[in-house]
Order: sequence, then structure tokens, then C-alpha cells
Amino acid sequence: MGAPQPESLLPLQAAAFHILLALAEADLHGYAIIQDVAARTGGEVKLGAGTLYRTIQRMLEQGLIEERRERPAPEDDDERRRYYGITAFGLAVARAEARRLAQLVKLAKASGLVPGRA
Amino acid sequence: MWFYAMLLHLYPASFRGEYGEELRRDFARRMSQAGAPGVLVVFTSALWDTLTNALLVHLDILRQDVRYLARSLRKAPGFAFTAIAAAALGTGATTAAFTIVDHILIRPLPFPEPDRLVKLYEDHSNRGIADFDISPATFRDWKNASTSFEHLGAYHGLSANLSGEGEPQRLDGKNVSGDIFPALGVAPLLGRTIGPEDDAANRPDVVVLSYGLWQDLYAGNPAVLGQKLLLDGKPYTVVGVMGPNFYFPGGSPRPQLWTAARFTTEDYSDRMNTFLYGIGRLKPGVSVEGARAELRGIAARLSREFPKELAHTGATVRTFREELSPQGRVMLKALLWASLCVLVIACTNLANLLLARALGRRKELAVRAALGAGRERLVRQTLTESVFLAFAGGAFGLLLARISLPLLVRLVPTSLPIPQTPSMDPRVLAFALALTFVTGLAFGVVPALRVCRGTDANGMREGSRGGVGGRSESLRRVLVGAEIGGCVVLLVSAGLLVRALAQIQAVDPGFRADHLLTLRTALPLPKYDDLTAQNQFISSVLNAARQLPGVTGVAYISFLPMINHGGVWPVHIAGGVEEPTSRRNAHLRYVTPGYFQTMQIPLKLGRDVSEGDTPQTPFVAVVSEAFVRFYWPGQDPVSRHIDFGGHDRMVVGVVGDVRMRGLVQSSEPAVYLPYRQHKDGVGPWYAPKDLAVRTTGDPLAIAPALRRIVHEVDPVQSVSDVQTMDSVVTHETEARSVQVRVLGVFAVIALLLAAVGIHGLLSFAISARTQEIGVRMALGASRGSVVSMVLAESALLAVVGGVAGIALAFGAGRYLASILVGIQPSDPVTFFGASGVVMLTAVAASLVPALRAVRIDPAVALRGE
Repeated sequence: MGAPQPESLLPLQAAAFHILLALAEADLHGYAIIQDVAARTGGEVKLGAGTLYRTIQRMLEQGLIEERRERPAPEDDDERRRYYGITAFGLAVARAEARRLAQLVKLAKASGLVPGRA
Repeated sequence: MWFYAMLLHLYPASFRGEYGEELRRDFARRMSQAGAPGVLVVFTSALWDTLTNALLVHLDILRQDVRYLARSLRKAPGFAFTAIAAAALGTGATTAAFTIVDHILIRPLPFPEPDRLVKLYEDHSNRGIADFDISPATFRDWKNASTSFEHLGAYHGLSANLSGEGEPQRLDGKNVSGDIFPALGVAPLLGRTIGPEDDAANRPDVVVLSYGLWQDLYAGNPAVLGQKLLLDGKPYTVVGVMGPNFYFPGGSPRPQLWTAARFTTEDYSDRMNTFLYGIGRLKPGVSVEGARAELRGIAARLSREFPKELAHTGATVRTFREELSPQGRVMLKALLWASLCVLVIACTNLANLLLARALGRRKELAVRAALGAGRERLVRQTLTESVFLAFAGGAFGLLLARISLPLLVRLVPTSLPIPQTPSMDPRVLAFALALTFVTGLAFGVVPALRVCRGTDANGMREGSRGGVGGRSESLRRVLVGAEIGGCVVLLVSAGLLVRALAQIQAVDPGFRADHLLTLRTALPLPKYDDLTAQNQFISSVLNAARQLPGVTGVAYISFLPMINHGGVWPVHIAGGVEEPTSRRNAHLRYVTPGYFQTMQIPLKLGRDVSEGDTPQTPFVAVVSEAFVRFYWPGQDPVSRHIDFGGHDRMVVGVVGDVRMRGLVQSSEPAVYLPYRQHKDGVGPWYAPKDLAVRTTGDPLAIAPALRRIVHEVDPVQSVSDVQTMDSVVTHETEARSVQVRVLGVFAVIALLLAAVGIHGLLSFAISARTQEIGVRMALGASRGSVVSMVLAESALLAVVGGVAGIALAFGAGRYLASILVGIQPSDPVTFFGASGVVMLTAVAASLVPALRAVRIDPAVALRGE
């Protein structure tokens, strides 16, 4: 089977998209992802640990993220932990999902559901 | 913390191994950050988080496994088909058998508190009949003296001609005393039932209709109450209709209507005038044993009071469920065992197939294990595969069971008050579901464990020989051996039943059944009370029927053989010493002249009855050979006198014996009386009513003409039970032929499965041994020796499995002994035959693999090394 198209995975589950957003900036370990997502959304989205690792497992299989061998700067490193980073494919999928969402918002504006100009 | 660690076990082991550590650490950190007040919040959300995600992870894996399975099955359609078919046959057979056993033995009978309901009979065990009819006088004494019953009622059969609008019909019903319906405790659909108030002779005549008759006659019109019904010319008022699910516990035929039973002083005068059956509802807290003991005590007292009539008469009290014959019970259990046998063989076969597949996939599995798939994942995948196959098979099996039920239910003739065909209710479906699941696990677990053990580095070694030799091979041999053993058991059981059936079908009924049409014209009273009218009707019909083209013989008789098994009358031999201790009986039949010729019953001595035997001439009788053997062994019976049928009669002829009670039971002596020499007291029950017509062509073709003749003689007379004598005789063996067919089908299925098993085992072994065989042939082994090597292997399996099977089959035969009439349970013909068939099948199944072995090209085989 050839390389999958990023669009084939859309729409992404909300948890997966949040994880991609968090990892797009830096490699993080699991607990840091939860904290990052919470901070990014102003406490709106609190990923449960089970949800997080279940989603991570799926994203690893899909090739959206990968485990990182090289560790972050020693002062930030929690050496018992595993760090995850986004792959090129993961970045492409995240972009495609963002485009899809933007398109949807544009449509919503056009029909007057959301204030602003289409 | 430990609680969270426990919770994590809800996740699959692979997931736990991967992320368990991190999950625990995250949880610990959150707990410490939350502080005392937040602990509960963290805890609850962790619980919820774990429960939902564990389920989702499991579903994810299941989805992956099923996708993988679908892909691999698509690549091996032969395997998929065989596996699903085997599972379908196994679960189908077992589900069908369970449905019937449940229907007849387990499900509560459709009455409130059915365990308190019993049937009562006179016990004449000294004559081999434990369920004899009760005389009104004896029943009255039982009822008055007993204290065990809340309600105790009696009923007897009723056949009446319905006249009025449309063609006259013959209806079957029951005359019931007022206690019967209260005892059963079933409310009517409309109106009321027959109650104690109807017992008195001066009450109006009322009738309660069955649901079926209500539909037939009134198209279900609720305005039926109060309508009049003309039964034997007498008006009855419809007072009630029973519901569609009411089954009267009175055996066959199923009653279409109920009227009130009323007894006259005359009915109470003779304790040998037995025609009633009893139904009782026990008082709460009274056991069946208690009631039985009480009634036996009462019966013992009565036999002391009336030593002449009741010397050997006891009382039988049975629960409704005990009405099922012991043979029926044996057959049901045999059916269940046979189906389990098929299921076990199917499971064994599936285990074998999966094992071969798992071994063949060793390399693939070892690679996957090396790539990080945990063993638990591989085992789980194998089990998913087997359970999935089991469910696919189970669905088809359910379909098979549904289709085969109408046939299977004829296996056990039952007079239980239950619907004819069992329904597949949710309980049966739950049983099938559980069975399928267990089946899937049962045949999946061995291969799964094997996978577990087999995924070491050796699996990847180049040229490793997947599973040949060593323990997996011997395990597979044991499985195939077990299949062969099971086959032998089923084949022997089916063979014994076939032989018993053949034995019974070979029984000479004493008459020629072919080209005979029979029908019944039961003459109603009081219209035909007058003997002249009765005889007028009979001779008019006979004379007209004789004129029909192709008719070679016509006669009337009280009851044709096998149509009514009873109809016996006490015999008193003139001059003989009356023994008070035993009742001497003979079948009583009134016949018209020409009966023996029509039935082709041989006249051995003397003469037939004739039109010249009238009430004015001396009373005569024709007796059967059994009668002579029993009463005058070695003597000339002609001109001797007997007191029979209420009159002294002289024997004028002797005829051959006839199986009155069916093919299995030999009959009591029989006495045939001229139809005109009818005496008061014999009762209209014995009046000639069955017509037998012998034709040269198809007997059924003449039925319309006979109906027309009866209609011309009496336009309101009904004609019923039109059937050929052939079908009457066939009906006798119907339950048995069904048994043979069912067990036969089971045996054939088992044989096929075993053949598939042997074939699969050897094919696999040979493809794995290609190189070895190549080497042997290169070193000069002949083709013959290769073939015999392969055949010897399957013959060994067949012998070992066969011997075990024969040992078990002996047990099975002993168990079936009570339904094997005339055949020894260890019948050598059957045992040799069945073992031979299994041997041949084993050899035939190994031929293809053997030929494949021969065709191995040594050069190619060695190059593969």
C-alpha cells in the first residue's frame, strides 16, 4: 500500500488534533501534553490519561507521531519518561485538518451563524 | 493507588505493558496535586476515564483482528468454508436437540402450578397395562375416599356427528366431569367452561369449543355464545370457547369440543365397564408420592371388597410429565447425546484445522512476535478468529435447527398437552449463543496455547518444519482418533436403529395392507339405536360399494387393526373353571361377511360369518389362532362354546392372527362376531363403523365415490378418517423411521467431518514431509512403499480410534436396548458394518494425500532444502 493521503484521516478526533497542536511546537511526554492542551485551551479541554494514551497508541500506528530517541535539554528531561514528537506526515495531517476547519468556519460566517465576514 | 493498579487490568495486557507505568505515574501526580478535597474528583474522573478507554482499546483491537481475519479468510476460502460448515453442523444439531428436549422435558406445561396436576388410571400391571381406563363406580369410590386432591375429575372420549349447515362432520371431543376444568385451572377465552353445576343429569346440554373449531365453524365470531350446535342430532348450547394455547391433557386426537359427562345408575353397576380417565389437582403441600400411597390404599381396600372384579386392580397416579413413555425419554436423551457427539467431533475438527493453520503460520507469527506483538495479542487474535468462525457457523446452525425442527419433533410421539412444534424462544436463542461462544473457545484454545508456546526464535529458522513430529503432531493425531471414535459410536447407534426398524417392518401384520382404502362412518345415537336401521345402513353401503368398478372386496368391522388398539372383552369358556384371579380377555370385533377375504386374512378352519347368522339363528363366532393356542391348545376348536359379548356362542371358524395393537406388540386372542348377532349390553361402541374396501387400482381414487354412496344412503351421515391401510401401517413405524433418519444424518455428518479431519491431518503432514519423502524416493523407495507408509498412518489412527469407539458403542447400544425391538444391543452385523464403513472412509480420505506423496519429484523436493 502506498503512502496514505493526509485527507484520508480527516476529520481528526478532537483529542488527536489537540495532541498534534501540542507536539507541533515541541517534543513532549504524556503528562506534559495534557498540561499543554489544558493551558492552550484555557482549561477547557482536560484530556484523561486513558484517552491520551489510547489516542497516542492509535496515532503511533497511523504514523502521525513517533517516539523520540533524542532527549530534550537535560534540565527539562524527566528520564523515566517517553517523549513524543510530530512526524512530517503528522504535520501534513494537522495542516489539512486546520484547512478543513477554517473552511467550515467560513461557511458558517457566510450563513450568518458566526459574526464576521466570510 | 492499588485500586488504580487494579483498574488498569481492564486494559488489554499489551496496552498495559506499554503505558501502564506512565498512567500510574500521572495518576499519582494528579492525586498529590489535588489535595484532600479534590481527591474524590480525581478519583471519579480516573474511574470514568479508565472504563471508557479500556472498552475503546478492546474494540480497537477487535476491529483490527477482525479486519486481519477477513483478509486472511479471503485468502483461504476453503478453510473458511470448512470451518464455518463444521461449526454450523455442530451447533445446529445441538441447538435442535436442545430445543426438543426443552420443549418436551424441561419447559413447564401450560397450566398454573403444573407440578400439582396428575393423571389417574386403574393399574392392571399383572396384565402389563399400568394405565387402564377406570370404571365410573371405582372412580366415584376413589373420589369419595381420597383427601389428597383439591379437584378430582374424570373424562372420556367423545365422537359426534355435527350436522346442520354444510357437509356433516365428525368431531372429536371429551366428555368431562365438572371438576376437570377447575383442576386444570385454565380460564376460557370466551364465556365459561364446563363446571360442577353441569354434572346433574337434568341440566341443559352445553358445549365448550376449542379455538380451532370456533375458527372453523364460526370464523372466530364472538357472538357464538348461546348458539345451538347439532351433535348426533341433539342440540347443545355453546357456553364457552377455549384459547388458542389450551392443550387438553387427553392424548390424541386433540379434542375439538367438550361436553358434560353424566353418569346413569347403569354406568355405576359394572366395575368392569371401564372407560374413564382421571385428572386431579393435588392440594397444596401434598406430594405425588403421598397421593399415590393414598390411592393405592383405597384401591387395595376396594379389591378386598370386590375380589371378583377388582382382585388385581390397583391405582396409577402420574404427573403429566410422566405420561411420556420411557422409550420416548431414552430417544430424547439419545438425541441429545448424539448431537453432543456431533458437536464434539465438529469442535475437534475445527481445533485440528486451526492448529494446522497456526502451525503453518508459525513463521508469520514468530515474525510478528519479534516485531513486538505480545503473545497475549497473538493468542487473543487466534481466539477472536475461532470465536468469529463459531459465530458465523452458529448463525447457519440456528437456521439448520429451525428448518429441521418439524422433522425432529416427530421423533418422539407425545401425548403431552403441549403445542405440536416447539418454538425457538429467547431461552433457546440464549442457549445457542452460549453454546456457540463455548464452542469457539473450546476449539480455539488449543491452537491458541500452541501459538503461545511456538513463537520462539526457532519459528523463524530457515527450513524449520512447522509442527511435524513431536507433541503438536501427536496432539492432532489424538484429535483425529477421537473423531473416529465418535463416528463409530454414532454409526453403530444409527445402525442398530436401522436394523430394529427393518425387523419391525418385516413383521407380518396378518393382512395385506396394499390396495385397501379405509374410512369411518360412526353411526350416531339415538338415531341408529334401532338395530334394523343400523343393519339397513350397513348393507346399503356395502351393496352400493360392491358395484363400483375395480372393487374386489368390501366389509365393515368395529375397528380395523392398528386403528384402535383396544376393544377387549372378558372371555368365559363354557365348562371351564373360572379363575377369579385373572381376567381373560379377547379382542371383540363385529364383522360383516367377506371381511377376512377383503383383508386377505387366511381362513384356517371352518367357515366365515355369513348373512345367515341372524338374531334368530344360533349365535356363532370366528376365533383367531392365538385364541385357540391360548384356550384350547392342541384341540379342535370348531363347535366348542364360549360365553363372549354377552351371549353364548359356538365357534364355527378359525382365522390367522392379526397385529391389532400395532407391529411391535403381539395381540391378545381375537374373536370375530357376525354383525347381526348383536346383543344388548355390548354397547354401540363396538358397532361396525370402519369400512375396508379392496380395489384393483389406486385405493384413494375410489374415495369420492364412497363418500357419494354414504351421502345417498344417509345425507347427514359423516365420513371421516379416509386413509389407505398402507398409510395406517406406515404410521406405526413413523416415529422409528424418523429416529433412524435423524441418527443416520448425524452419523453421516460425523463421518464427513472425520474424513475432512483425516484428510487435513495427512495432507499437512505430507506437505511438511515433502523433503523427507523426496530423500526416500531418491534413495530408491518405491512408490508403493510411500503409499503404504501414508495409508498405514491413517489405518493406525482408524484402528485406535475405532477400538475406543466400539467400546463406547457397546455402552450406547445397552442404553438404547429398550427401543431396539428384536435386535441385540451388541448386534455383530451392525458393529462390523459400522467399523468397516469408518475404516473405508479413513482410507478413502487418505488416498488424495497418498497420491500427492507419490507424485513428489525427488529432484524438486531436494532442491527446496
